Amino acid sequence: MSTAPLSNLSKRIIACLDVRDGSVVKGVNFEGLKRAGDPAELATRYNVEGIDEVVILDVAATIEQRRALADTIRAVSSKLFIPLAVGGGIRSEADADAVIEAGADKVSLNSAPLAEPQLLTRLAGRYGSQAVVVAIDAKRENGRYAVFSRSGTTPAGRDAVEWAKEAEARGAGEILLTSIDRDGTRAGFDCEMTAAVSSAVAIPVIASGGAGTFDHFLDVFTAGAADAALAASIFHYSEHAVSDLKKFLRDAGVAVRLVS
Amino acid sequence: MIALIDYGAGNLTSVRKGFAAAGAELTTPRTPADLATATAIVVPGVGHFQATTPLGGEWRDSILHALEGGAALFGICLGLQWLFDSSTEADDVPGLGLMSGRCERLPSTVKVPHVGWNALAMTRASRLLNRIPDGAQVYFTHSFAAPVTADCVASATHGRPFAAAVERDRVCGVQFHPEKSGEIGLQIIRNFLTLIAG
Repeated sequence: MSTAPLSNLSKRIIACLDVRDGSVVKGVNFEGLKRAGDPAELATRYNVEGIDEVVILDVAATIEQRRALADTIRAVSSKLFIPLAVGGGIRSEADADAVIEAGADKVSLNSAPLAEPQLLTRLAGRYGSQAVVVAIDAKRENGRYAVFSRSGTTPAGRDAVEWAKEAEARGAGEILLTSIDRDGTRAGFDCEMTAAVSSAVAIPVIASGGAGTFDHFLDVFTAGAADAALAASIFHYSEHAVSDLKKFLRDAGVAVRLVS
Repeated sequence: MIALIDYGAGNLTSVRKGFAAAGAELTTPRTPADLATATAIVVPGVGHFQATTPLGGEWRDSILHALEGGAALFGICLGLQWLFDSSTEADDVPGLGLMSGRCERLPSTVKVPHVGWNALAMTRASRLLNRIPDGAQVYFTHSFAAPVTADCVASATHGRPFAAAVERDRVCGVQFHPEKSGEIGLQIIRNFLTLIAG
């Protein structure tokens, strides 16, 4: 009998930088933003601590603010030699081209593919599925997981599990699943929802929304069957170093990448 | 001149940045004839094996000719798979065939694509992985993989062991993305630059 593991793949810890006008901000339940630092500075600190990936989420409200995004991506990607995903307001191939040209490795799409799912197939054909992340914002409603678009404001009339399967079939390479109920609450990830989506697709699922303690990450990697977990404010204010979190997970038996 | 071949399989910005951080500028040749002055050739690529089709014909001949002249070769991701005979992903598209074996899909006993950081298990000493510790983690994103053969210098395991890095003479390849694998990845790029100079 062989006891070799099926895979030595590590669970990923991903830092999300909500960026507006060149600065990192973080909302609670998608509202009430406050400044939390320079994106390139934060990304560099996380990199040293051993973050596995960075997501820049552009929460700009105006065209003027959006112009700053490419500069932010250039600044971050010139210092960061780990995967960088960019999302927020990407609605077309031209939008995707602009952020990928600036240095993003992946684009994360939320509202646009709900309206036009074929966009996923075109982007996967152009850049490969590994560059296409579908972000799904969902909340519990009548025993199902209702998908919302436009920063959680508009019901999409879709179920998260069903939409994740369609996104996979259309060429998405990863699912970034955010619990609207838990986002900003620090009450823990929605493990049930994460497990439901993760078991329905073969592509990796990144859990998001609700990280408050190290135990929450352990829960979402075990009960939630997540392949990666994303958080923002838990890292931004130095409450918990990324390296401490990873040591905690390793000691709990979760495969992680430790940087010496 | 270190040539980075752009055959339309994915974005090359990150590869350029990674080599720049390691101290080398990459030049994209416009025609296969431009490879005549190359000291090294980098073959990147993501996605389906079918995407390597433009590397057949003149590019293939010019690459082989440059290798005969002493140029080094570095295949990244799909570029590593292309060094082998073929892939079951596109049976009708031949690889370069410098290394024997056929690339196959990773087993469905695990999640595929294989995305994330996985550990290198060194299988023998190499110039490409000089000073990289056994167990070092690097960033992968792929669904197909090359077999572990005599050319393999490090394997990784996802469903089954596969070739994570290969090296024979001046021909190297990595299934992972060194430009996205942090300090370990940059060291591997520097090792390749040392190999070119040696």
